[in-house]
Amino acid sequence: MNSKNMKYLFGPLNKNNPVIVQILGICSALAVTAQLKPAFVMAMSVTVVTAFSNLIMSALRKGIPDRIRIIVQLVVIAALVILVDQVLKAYVYDVSKQLSVYVGLIITNCIIMGRVEAFALGNKPWPSFLDGIGNGLGYGMILIVVAFFRELLGNGTLWGVSVIPASWYIQNGGFYANNGLMLLPPMALILVGLIIWIHRSRNKDLIEK
Amino acid sequence: MKKYICTVCGYVHEGDSAPETCPVCKAPASEFRLEAEEKKPLLGGKNSNAYIITYSVVMVVLVAAVLAFAALKLQPIQNANVELETKGAVLASIGQGAGAAEAADKNAYINDEYNKYITDAFLVNEAGERVDGNAFEVLKNIKAEYDKPAAERLLPVFVSNVDGQVRYILPVYGKGLWGPIWGYVALNSDWRTISGVVFDHKGETPGLGAEIAGEKFQSQFEGKSIFSGDELVAIAVLKGAGSSAGNPNAVDAVSGGTITSRGVQQMLLDCLSGYKAYIEQQLAVAADAANPLNAECHE
Repeated sequence: MNSKNMKYLFGPLNKNNPVIVQILGICSALAVTAQLKPAFVMAMSVTVVTAFSNLIMSALRKGIPDRIRIIVQLVVIAALVILVDQVLKAYVYDVSKQLSVYVGLIITNCIIMGRVEAFALGNKPWPSFLDGIGNGLGYGMILIVVAFFRELLGNGTLWGVSVIPASWYIQNGGFYANNGLMLLPPMALILVGLIIWIHRSRNKDLIEK
Repeated sequence: MKKYICTVCGYVHEGDSAPETCPVCKAPASEFRLEAEEKKPLLGGKNSNAYIITYSVVMVVLVAAVLAFAALKLQPIQNANVELETKGAVLASIGQGAGAAEAADKNAYINDEYNKYITDAFLVNEAGERVDGNAFEVLKNIKAEYDKPAAERLLPVFVSNVDGQVRYILPVYGKGLWGPIWGYVALNSDWRTISGVVFDHKGETPGLGAEIAGEKFQSQFEGKSIFSGDELVAIAVLKGAGSSAGNPNAVDAVSGGTITSRGVQQMLLDCLSGYKAYIEQQLAVAADAANPLNAECHE
């Protein structure tokens, strides 16, 4: 893989991250990050959808009439999302129930359309595919970091397993209580804000003048 | 006839070969390039109406075919999942079926357990009379029953027998914050105290309202009573940790999930009230049998 392709794949993980640099897909980052497991499945689903919508749109890019470009994109993305939803329902029923409406809402995730418009329509299929995977993973990475802190501090669990010793809790005579605020959506926004702050303080070139 | 274009000034020469020098800018023949002959594009080009309409029709048909194929292929697996889930939830309300996660064949395990512990299933109506019908089929589409007026509803009752201990499982269905919530209430053979509950939901917020499906919320119901004296009051879901302590008819709500918790309370009251006539009938039978005078008469 040449350096250009590496850049497409790994750029979105750091300096071109869709969530913390491009500020896309914030809405679902708030909704599904109260626990790790749904966040992980969401991340995987979005990666699959961005990768394949980029691939398909890039392969079709020369034949698409300009005037119905957005409609074609929507149809392709919606079809992929429905496929993902059906597959999840058939093979990981528990998780699909947990994610419920949010899988359907991948259609409205602006990362996907953003990448199709900005990248896939002007590039060859293979780099577009890599760009899709990169952006999906970049999005998923933030989701998982946010979900890690929200689940740990809000529920005292990780991946559904209790990690805080039961004897620490106030009701058992300890000193600790879960922070219920962590489970509320605004807290995800604050966590994303903190991540952006840390990220920019380490990458000074990203700071706006 | 071929067209030659001067790359210096843009002059177009028509002929079989490029002119020796450009008549406008005097550039030599080497500066001329041959223009590709215009092809007649398909359906009049990418942006013509005919092309756009054909494109959209073909695309829509293709996508529809792919989706229909996927839906048809996956439908049986999805239906089996739903059925398995329903049976699993019925079992969970009486504390059985927990080994499904480790079982080699989850499907077979749940079916075996279900057939082993659920000894009877029947339908009752609001007046407390038994009605003919398949309780499990009604349960799979319980929403349809609760969409009907109360008098026409068919209400399933499942009877379980675990090592001689008889329990009655009543399905409940109601509204949460974002969509439907449902569950199963297992009553002890006295028809008053709850031996266990299971709740589930379609789309409550993960980590908040969705916690009604969690162990922590559900385990509170154990041993609570749906009767206060002789009145069927169901179970109140009270806000604030510890606010239900010592109250036999209440549990604590899920923090951050107030509307879902209220939905649970409303659901329990509405649905259990539907069974009121039947339950009171059963209580009367039990009281009769317990009364020593009647017992003597029967002898």
